[in-house]
Amino acid sequence: MPEQQYLLQMQDVGKSYYGTVVLQDIQLALKPGEIHAVVGENGAGKSTLMNILFGMPVIHATGGYLGKVLIEGNQVDITSPQQAMEAGIGMVHQEFMLLPNYSITENIKLNREILKDNLFSRIFGPKMKSLDFKTMNKDARKALDTLDMDIEEYVKVAGLPVGHMQFTEIAREIDKANLKVMVFDEPTAVLAESEASNLLRAMQKIAGQGIAILFITHRLDEVMEVADTITVLRDGRLVATKPKKETNIVEMAELMVGRKIETITRRKDQLKEGQVVAAIKNLTVRMPGEYVKTLDLEVFKGEILGIGGLAGQGKIGVANGIMGLYPTKGSVEINGKPLQLNNPRESMKRKIAFLSEDRRGVGLLLDSSIELNIVVTAIENQNRFIRRLGPFTQIDNSAIREHALKMIKELDIRCTGPNQLVRRLSGGNQQKVCIARALTLNPEILLVSEPTRGIDVGAKRLVLETLVKLNEETGITIIMTSSELAELRSVCDRIAIVTDGTVAGILKPDDSDADYGLMMAGQKRRKGA
Amino acid sequence: MSSETVEKVAQKPGGKFKQALIGFLTAHMVTIMFVLLSLLALYLSGMNATLYLNDIISRVSRNSFLVLALIIPVVAGMGLNFAIVLGAMAAQAVIIFVTHWGVGGFAGILLSMALVTPLGIFLGYLTGKLLNRTKGQEMITGLILGFFAAGIYWFIFLQLVGGFIPMDNEVLVLSSGVGIRTTVDLSGGLRYGLDDVWRLSLPVVMLLFGAIFASIQGFSYLKSERQGESKSRFYYGIVIALAAAAGGIFLIGSGSLINNITVPAGTWIAIGLLCLFINFFTRTKMGQDMRSVGQDRHVAAVSGIPVDKIRIIAIIMSTVLAGWGHIIFLQNMGAFSTYGSYEQIGFYAIAAILIGGATVTKATIGQALLGVFLFHTLFIVAPAAGRETFGDAQIGEYFRVFVAYGVIGLTLAMHAWKVRLQSQQKLGR
Amino acid sequence: MLELLKRFYASFGLPRLIILGFFIILNIMAIVLEVNFPELVSASMVRIAMNGVLVLAILPSIACGTGPNFGVSLGILCGLVGGLIAMELRLDGYTNFFMAIVFSMPFAVAVGLGYGWLMNKVKGSEMMFALFIGWSAVSLMKIFWLVAPFDNPEMAWPIGSGVRVTISLVNRELAQLLNQTWSFSVAGITFPTGLILFFLFCCFLVWLFMRSKTGIAMLAAGDNPRFAEAAGINVDRQRIYGTIISTMLGAVGILVYAQSFGFFQLYEGPHFMPMIAVAAILIGGASIKKASIANVIIGVILFQGILVVAMPVFNIFTQDMASMAEISRVIIQNGIILYALTQVVSGRD
Repeated sequence: MPEQQYLLQMQDVGKSYYGTVVLQDIQLALKPGEIHAVVGENGAGKSTLMNILFGMPVIHATGGYLGKVLIEGNQVDITSPQQAMEAGIGMVHQEFMLLPNYSITENIKLNREILKDNLFSRIFGPKMKSLDFKTMNKDARKALDTLDMDIEEYVKVAGLPVGHMQFTEIAREIDKANLKVMVFDEPTAVLAESEASNLLRAMQKIAGQGIAILFITHRLDEVMEVADTITVLRDGRLVATKPKKETNIVEMAELMVGRKIETITRRKDQLKEGQVVAAIKNLTVRMPGEYVKTLDLEVFKGEILGIGGLAGQGKIGVANGIMGLYPTKGSVEINGKPLQLNNPRESMKRKIAFLSEDRRGVGLLLDSSIELNIVVTAIENQNRFIRRLGPFTQIDNSAIREHALKMIKELDIRCTGPNQLVRRLSGGNQQKVCIARALTLNPEILLVSEPTRGIDVGAKRLVLETLVKLNEETGITIIMTSSELAELRSVCDRIAIVTDGTVAGILKPDDSDADYGLMMAGQKRRKGA
Repeated sequence: MSSETVEKVAQKPGGKFKQALIGFLTAHMVTIMFVLLSLLALYLSGMNATLYLNDIISRVSRNSFLVLALIIPVVAGMGLNFAIVLGAMAAQAVIIFVTHWGVGGFAGILLSMALVTPLGIFLGYLTGKLLNRTKGQEMITGLILGFFAAGIYWFIFLQLVGGFIPMDNEVLVLSSGVGIRTTVDLSGGLRYGLDDVWRLSLPVVMLLFGAIFASIQGFSYLKSERQGESKSRFYYGIVIALAAAAGGIFLIGSGSLINNITVPAGTWIAIGLLCLFINFFTRTKMGQDMRSVGQDRHVAAVSGIPVDKIRIIAIIMSTVLAGWGHIIFLQNMGAFSTYGSYEQIGFYAIAAILIGGATVTKATIGQALLGVFLFHTLFIVAPAAGRETFGDAQIGEYFRVFVAYGVIGLTLAMHAWKVRLQSQQKLGR
Repeated sequence: MLELLKRFYASFGLPRLIILGFFIILNIMAIVLEVNFPELVSASMVRIAMNGVLVLAILPSIACGTGPNFGVSLGILCGLVGGLIAMELRLDGYTNFFMAIVFSMPFAVAVGLGYGWLMNKVKGSEMMFALFIGWSAVSLMKIFWLVAPFDNPEMAWPIGSGVRVTISLVNRELAQLLNQTWSFSVAGITFPTGLILFFLFCCFLVWLFMRSKTGIAMLAAGDNPRFAEAAGINVDRQRIYGTIISTMLGAVGILVYAQSFGFFQLYEGPHFMPMIAVAAILIGGASIKKASIANVIIGVILFQGILVVAMPVFNIFTQDMASMAEISRVIIQNGIILYALTQVVSGRD
């Protein structure tokens, strides 16, 4: 019975959301005491895989998954986090699942409190049993000792350092009596370096007790340090599973990035490295989750510059900082003159327009008409489309209508008319409305963040083609930020990879996969391109 | 302001005492302001102590139960439960029928409480369902729900009773034969049904209270299991208890007029039992689940706690307790206005608990009782103070209404502001 | 067709359908029961137009994103102060009415500014805060009315200081002033032309404003604050503007209401007025986040129409029709607010 030796097996696992396949034919097998790393880019399918394993509602609200999950050789059907826990799967979440006003003990024992009988519980049932703090504290102490944590178990979690919070989470999982498999989802993302190495040691210690560990990460050096086996995912498929000894960082990076580029009708002429249109120096942007730290970057006139990198590394923060949407420090020079930071109006005045990555949150007035969406920024910042009568202003309906119709035609926005509410449009057409709004400002520089996020495949191509066409026909400079490397490589002249808040290097679209992989994983830095 | 702020301030080096003092003052701003205000009004009113004591005792005993009914939803993170007026309406409905059947005294009280329980559970369940659909807006929903329910209550007792629902009772029903009269008199019926079970003079009660409270504190000191909990709290408790006992002995010996003031010990025992129950309840599995849900619904849900169900249970408990509380309130009042009594119940109870130092996210038994005492002190002395100072008692009455609304508005604003500051800090890191 | 109906149902909502159905049934019954229909229509028109401006006052606050202005009683109080000043100066007729508006405006702007500033501090709990600041202000002003230094005997108590509970406007030729302006009768129906025109004029002004540059900025700030910030709009300032305009309209609204009613009601009057106005705009199809002039007009017609038509119809079923009318008002008014509240959360995406 060879299957018995595995604690966890996933066979032919797949998942699709509304017809879009996000995960396909995944095979995974973990032995007791094994640390199994799963690496991949954003959107490679790592989190979907974990959601399936942990029975998250998002999976089952959208039709469940394909394939089989086996625990100790028995097939299990996990449809809720509760069942996952009962099956012996523990998870350390990326976001802490802790209650700050509880003590460490109370958090470790959350909803697994140890109870004792009292008079009322005998009458009204088990929900009225009292908590047995003495035993709970004893258990918590034991779990904390396993992790070599010498903090008192009755201390409140609020105010603890991040590392301690995470260890509290881990302690909660190992306190569960039937723990067989433990999942770490990007556990070191929030930790300082010393804390991270503590964590890796703890992982090895837990594995030493015969528990299998699934380690999801994009930090290749950490993988090399602790993993026994490595599985690489790309675009929802399993690319390779190898023992650590048989591979190296460069190979993993290559596998992670892969090559799947459909070049868009892009002129292939050599870029003229001429005039610098924007010079960014020492840019620091305090955007939550996307911190930019003293970033330097030069943008040439008329180019399409890509900004790539992994989620949370700060690439999204660059454009938001230039637009003044988050607290920003440093200097940005547009055409040689300094730009006043932290002021969206100033940025627009200097002919910069922005397509936000959060299209529905920041990019659109969902409950307003297409035409209003297109002109509102121009009304506000350039006093266009309004008529003045002394101190009074009125919007100029006919001018707005004319402009909106022109934009709808030029960008081929599919709608019932300029009066339609933007909420009713498809993602691709909403994005075109955003482009129309940006173009209405007659910008010289167009900042585009995640232009194809949440748009179906066919429309993605259309949006990208629109951007390229604009660049070629009007000579507008485009700075495009995207999580999809393939997309950047298909349209950009140069691609800056942002890692840990700064530019790790600038690559050409046809540079090797290994270069991209290593740079994104923070293994390699290169100046200029 | 939470106690964390205090701790943070206190931890800063240099001028430790000054920092701690400022921290204490900001944390208890509402309560301190109110103590000062009450003292000023007390001074201006020139009221005599016996009169005041007599009044405050009856007010504290009739209001405390209702205010304590607010604690559980706060623990479950649902804010101040303005929907307790539904419990109060249920109580009035039941009392009207109990009075109609002619059951009075302690038996009437027990019957009313028994009948209001299923009604409260039903109304609480509906309220909980509604509040689960308006998460984040629980308070305004509860408030408006109270007004909405009043419409239905009016419809039943003005249009249906006597007609569709037969009730043949000349005392209760309007002369037209349909609808309940605007005031219902409980004298000869439920009036003092609980109060009169056992009356004791004030000094004796102080003595008893001192003894009981001291032993409870001592007991829970020995049983205290949550390590790290401050022990000084227990010492304070014991000191207060002993002081009360000593005061009682002194008064009995002095032969002062205060010896004539009686305390409805039956009601106080009911209040005491509720306090013990709440204290016990928060240490049970269900109580812990409520505290978990109250802190973070998402984390609670991921840990497998049935969040919506727990919230409904919290509201059901609050509604039933409010029903009982309103029965206690009305038996002491002896009469009530059929179509209005319940309305102010919600506002006054909430204002009271806030004055005691509670917030939208934290409320304790101590805050509830202190708040009742302070708020009703102002209630007693404000009209007299208004009369003495401006020659118009009306001013004092309007002022206390203003204070009730104002203190709720102020607390809400402070809470909303704090939440915003915290989220901004979180964003800005 | 079925699809269209479904969509209509989803956007209209069951409670509004019930209210609309109730209104239609009431009207049919009024006709069948042969109540004095022309009189009913005349009374409806008066009630609709006299409440209209107060309902209109809710619009700017929804548009700017602070939600329905449950604290419009602040504006009402400003209007009353302006009205009392005009009375104290013993102005008559149109002069009184328009000067009352002029006198109340500085108060309304100042109060609206402070109120709007506070609303920006309590983002996320605006409605609750607005209710309580409104109620606190109403009870605080009760103390002011008790000590107010007015000495026109039409409104002051004969002895001591302070003003009466209700002040009659008849002597100042103010009662029914707008109602009777250009009023005419056709087939027994009396048209309160001046009153209706004044209400429509106010609607027109607000409509113009919503089409100005500031109005567009306010709409954007209310629809999506993060979008507005990115478009260079100062969201907090727009919210303050919206609150000020709402407060100003509240002041005008109470003066229109009072002249038709024939009295100033100082003490208890303003207490529940905001909720009635908020309910009307919600009945008209507004949500907590979005409202239009059409919502105002439809809402006030439906809500006030029901209240007027219900009276004689109820009279046939119950001896106690006054309370029945009050009961239906309370249930409709609070029911629609509850419905709107449930839509905020479940309608979020």
